[in-house]
Amino acid sequence: MVEDMVSSQLDIRGVMCPINIVQIKLKMKEIENDGILEIVLDEGETMQNVPRSIKKEGHKIVKVEKIPEGCYKLLVRKNGGGLK
Amino acid sequence: MIDKSVKDKSNKVKVDTEVEGKTGDIDFNTLKSGGLIKQTQKDLFTVRLRCPGGRVPLSKLEKILEVAKKYAGDYVHLSVRQSIELPYVDYHDFKKLNEELSEADQKIASCGRRVRVPTACSGCEYNPNGIMDTQKMAEVVNEKFFAHPMPHKFKISFSGCPIDCARTSENDLGFQGAVEPKWVDELCIGCRICASACREGAIESDPESGKPVFYAQKCLYCGDCIRSCPTDSWQEQRKGWIIRVGGKHGRHPVVGCKIAEFVSDEDIPEFIEAIIKWYEKAGKTCGTLRIGDILRMPEQWNDLISELRIKFDKKLLPDPKMPYKNEIHFE
Repeated sequence: MVEDMVSSQLDIRGVMCPINIVQIKLKMKEIENDGILEIVLDEGETMQNVPRSIKKEGHKIVKVEKIPEGCYKLLVRKNGGGLK
Repeated sequence: MIDKSVKDKSNKVKVDTEVEGKTGDIDFNTLKSGGLIKQTQKDLFTVRLRCPGGRVPLSKLEKILEVAKKYAGDYVHLSVRQSIELPYVDYHDFKKLNEELSEADQKIASCGRRVRVPTACSGCEYNPNGIMDTQKMAEVVNEKFFAHPMPHKFKISFSGCPIDCARTSENDLGFQGAVEPKWVDELCIGCRICASACREGAIESDPESGKPVFYAQKCLYCGDCIRSCPTDSWQEQRKGWIIRVGGKHGRHPVVGCKIAEFVSDEDIPEFIEAIIKWYEKAGKTCGTLRIGDILRMPEQWNDLISELRIKFDKKLLPDPKMPYKNEIHFE
């Protein structure tokens, strides 16, 4: 289970662009390659922008889950670009 | 009272450099066509520089600064169409100013009834939204069509994506980057990100599988789905330029409408040439009118479309919409 491999978590609910993207970048620096970062974020504008910038940075979104109260949980593999 | 006169003669000044192929006593209209615009102040002109796509290399910028300090006011003005203007230049200095700018290959723009300097956004080179290379195409237009005489002014702009920062519907001829997406089922994990990423409601997620349902008629061809899809199941089907013709701003704005989609870089010069040729012909019967005002006459519109249809056939939309007035004064 990819959930068991989560090495770090980040809650960016209520954090606007581009601060949320900067926070992801900083968090990613603390993680080893192929480590999994769990990100909790709001739907709406954040979900329009965050996934595409994660992809652009070369990370891989491995799981997306809709969670209550209009939020999403993303599991992102660091530098995991390319299909798995 | 502001003195609007010029020292030498009314409406003519003795210029010791070539403007529009003329030297000696030149009238204000010719000077304006050559990018030298009379100010309200005595003997002073604004010099409009040629900055295609609003891009000014630093080597040119340094020279512009040097020249401006010598011959112009203590600021430059950025024109609405992305060109640097040097105000407060005395016409006696035109020759020296022009020669010194030429050292950095900086040219003076042109105004009047002709193809103007093309404008463009930053395009796909470094803007994450960019789909097409606007700066490259602005350079092509600058090289091939700049200053070509026309029945009236003729403005061309390039936007890299559907956000359309360069306002392609407000230019005589506008080109906007677009990408049509296609979806590959086998790669999709049903994550629903594309439906969140799409700002147009063109993608909905199937409640069971999470896989996308695509409403093509709502798609603006921005490519957000392609950029956001974690498994690359949204891919490029085709990309190219949307062409809009007949727009203008000014006292009576006209909205230019889409006549073609997904036109390649290579086909753009041919399109421009065909439209320029048609406009030259139409100008002979319709007079000094912007192309958008001519195209609001149904018989002229049909004439352009049938002429383009012969040349470009299926690249043209089956039933393009005429330009229409955007009433801003009396709505």
